[in-house]
Amino acid sequence: MKIRAVLENYLFVFPAVLIFAVFYIIPFISVFQLSFFDWDGILPTKIFVGLNNFKEIIADKIWWQSVWQSGYITLIALTFQNAIAFLLAWACDREIRMKNFYRVIFFIPPVLSEVVVGLVWQWILNGNYGILNFWLNQFGLANLSRNWLSDPNTALTTVAVVHCWKGFGWGFLLFLAGLQTIPRELYEAARVDGANAWNSFKNVTIPLMIPVVVLVAILTILGTMQVFVLIYTMTGGGPGYHTEVPVLRILASMRGSSRFGYACAQGITFGVILCFISFVQYLVNKKAKA
Amino acid sequence: MTTMGKGRSAVILGLALLILAAGCVSKSTSEKSITVWHWMTDREPAFRELAKRYEAQFGIKVNFDLYAPSDAYSQKVRAAAQGANLPDIFGILGEKRDFSSFIKAGYVLDLTPYMLENNAEWKNSFFAKALAVNEFNEGNTYGIKPGIYGAPIDIMTIQMVYNKALFRELGLNPNRPPQTFAEFLEIGKKIKAANLQGLVSGWGEIWMIDCLANNYAFNIMGKDKVLATIKGRVPYTDPDWIKVLSLFKDMQDSGLLASGVVTMVNKTAEQLFANEKAVFAFNGSWCVNVYKGMNPKLDYGAFLPPKAADKFPMAIWGGAGSSFMINARSKNKEEAVKFLRWLTERGQQAYLAEATNNLPANKDSLSWIPDVMASFAKAMDSATHPNVWGVSEFSPVIEALDKGIQSIIIGEKTPEQVAAEVQKIKERELAKKR
Repeated sequence: MKIRAVLENYLFVFPAVLIFAVFYIIPFISVFQLSFFDWDGILPTKIFVGLNNFKEIIADKIWWQSVWQSGYITLIALTFQNAIAFLLAWACDREIRMKNFYRVIFFIPPVLSEVVVGLVWQWILNGNYGILNFWLNQFGLANLSRNWLSDPNTALTTVAVVHCWKGFGWGFLLFLAGLQTIPRELYEAARVDGANAWNSFKNVTIPLMIPVVVLVAILTILGTMQVFVLIYTMTGGGPGYHTEVPVLRILASMRGSSRFGYACAQGITFGVILCFISFVQYLVNKKAKA
Repeated sequence: MTTMGKGRSAVILGLALLILAAGCVSKSTSEKSITVWHWMTDREPAFRELAKRYEAQFGIKVNFDLYAPSDAYSQKVRAAAQGANLPDIFGILGEKRDFSSFIKAGYVLDLTPYMLENNAEWKNSFFAKALAVNEFNEGNTYGIKPGIYGAPIDIMTIQMVYNKALFRELGLNPNRPPQTFAEFLEIGKKIKAANLQGLVSGWGEIWMIDCLANNYAFNIMGKDKVLATIKGRVPYTDPDWIKVLSLFKDMQDSGLLASGVVTMVNKTAEQLFANEKAVFAFNGSWCVNVYKGMNPKLDYGAFLPPKAADKFPMAIWGGAGSSFMINARSKNKEEAVKFLRWLTERGQQAYLAEATNNLPANKDSLSWIPDVMASFAKAMDSATHPNVWGVSEFSPVIEALDKGIQSIIIGEKTPEQVAAEVQKIKERELAKKR
């Protein structure tokens, strides 16, 4: 009877395990395997090259530039994007007029297609006929107008800002949900004890929001490091290599150079980098909790 | 479990097995059909119409399956090749090296015997340069058995176009595009002074910038030296290559290049030119159809990129625009060959040219083409293409050259710096090959 119950349990989890194996484990093993081969993605024969692909990655300056650039975008997203998301969530959590309307509005960018967002912002930021430059000129700030996406000094920061615009809604939603779980009595008790708004925020809101902040930070890092579609649509990684990010490089190796083995090695390397970042964050979080 | 419950479970299980079994039953094959995969959104209605005509004439259904954009199509074809699921007819996008891999893997039928039937009637119906893109000659570096492995369905050339109305606005003769590079730069200065946008092109998409750089390389140093560079016998730091790279700096300095051209995709460039917001565009003959759709009243002309040197002729990229290959493992390959032969016959080619404004690959079908298209067709005399050179440059080298030109245009690097960087990558790739 006991064996039957155990078998039944396995039978129930079998479909999920099967799907997970077919769509996650097997492809992962294949990618890992391919990273040791030289293969063009078409020929049935693959040449074993050992660790050569990984050695080449270590010496590939453009790859490391792309990793650094996605790190820069992530840093902006972690600070600028999440600060805005938190402030807006905090504002919407208070008794302000039309707060439900704002909640909907702030969540529109994340649900839009990244391709559409990229194309719309490309049009807004266009140096020749973009509305941003138009309004800068109208306000007498013509000296600030430029081709935002083709200027190497502004291209990366510009795509980072657009990424923040597209992504802040997720953080907003999670922060708002977190803020709403804080019991109102704590604020009332703080007020009774003579705390002003800043003190309540510092001593009640922030400590109780730390788990949510950590969660949002992890999601922001993992999501932003893998940013791709938006940049592909807006700049294609240019001008030069100024907005290249790792996923674009992987795509370039696969599609542009037909080097599937090298692309898989880049994918594995990037995965290791993401795991390392997550692990560091886990340690920091653990230390903060302690 | 109750009897009722057991009965219900058995019914559900039975139904599930029935559905599974239905899925496993092969589709009836009583009706003959040919499947064609393509990426050409603009040609889809014309293809469907031709498929209807073919079915009415021969009783064979032809399914044209569109997968766009071309990037997605390209990945789909590779994935299908891996799974041995290629359709009867398909196109291969990419470099000649990719084409050769498909042939080596046994996915592409050698069309030579069919092309040579009846005194090479099929072969002779094409423009030689269009067919050359699908040909592998004796001693090719890819190790492919010499032969013809695809049939072109249209041809293209990539050159300059100019807006005649904006030429008038600049005080220039609208019927006389620039003949020399110096004249081209002079017009650039006028464009800058008039606060207009100069040359637009999809230089954000690597290959178009590569195309113009190669045009000028042929013009400045000649075909032999360009091919010697690809073979690794001439370095990219050679003065002639520096001269080629310097042309882009000159174009930028004179005001000839539109702002933002380095990250511009060709669709944006086409919109700007069609809406009369740019004086010049560097684009392929497919633009005739695109501009017609965007602005039917656009008054423009086409010309070869102005020569920068007199020693060698200007060469532009041209040849087969799109080609179809037959799946060598298809059960319907004989029917597929018949259909492809029919598709490239004079009548069908003339219809495609008229309906899609693309230049026909069949040389007997040029009777109906508008003036601008005629100037693109005329430029076939100056056409060449990397796919007919017999050697291919390494992809990382092409990328470094194109990204380097972007850096020159934005004033970040000098032509000498870019040449040195490209040569370094070239040497690295050559060393790997050894």
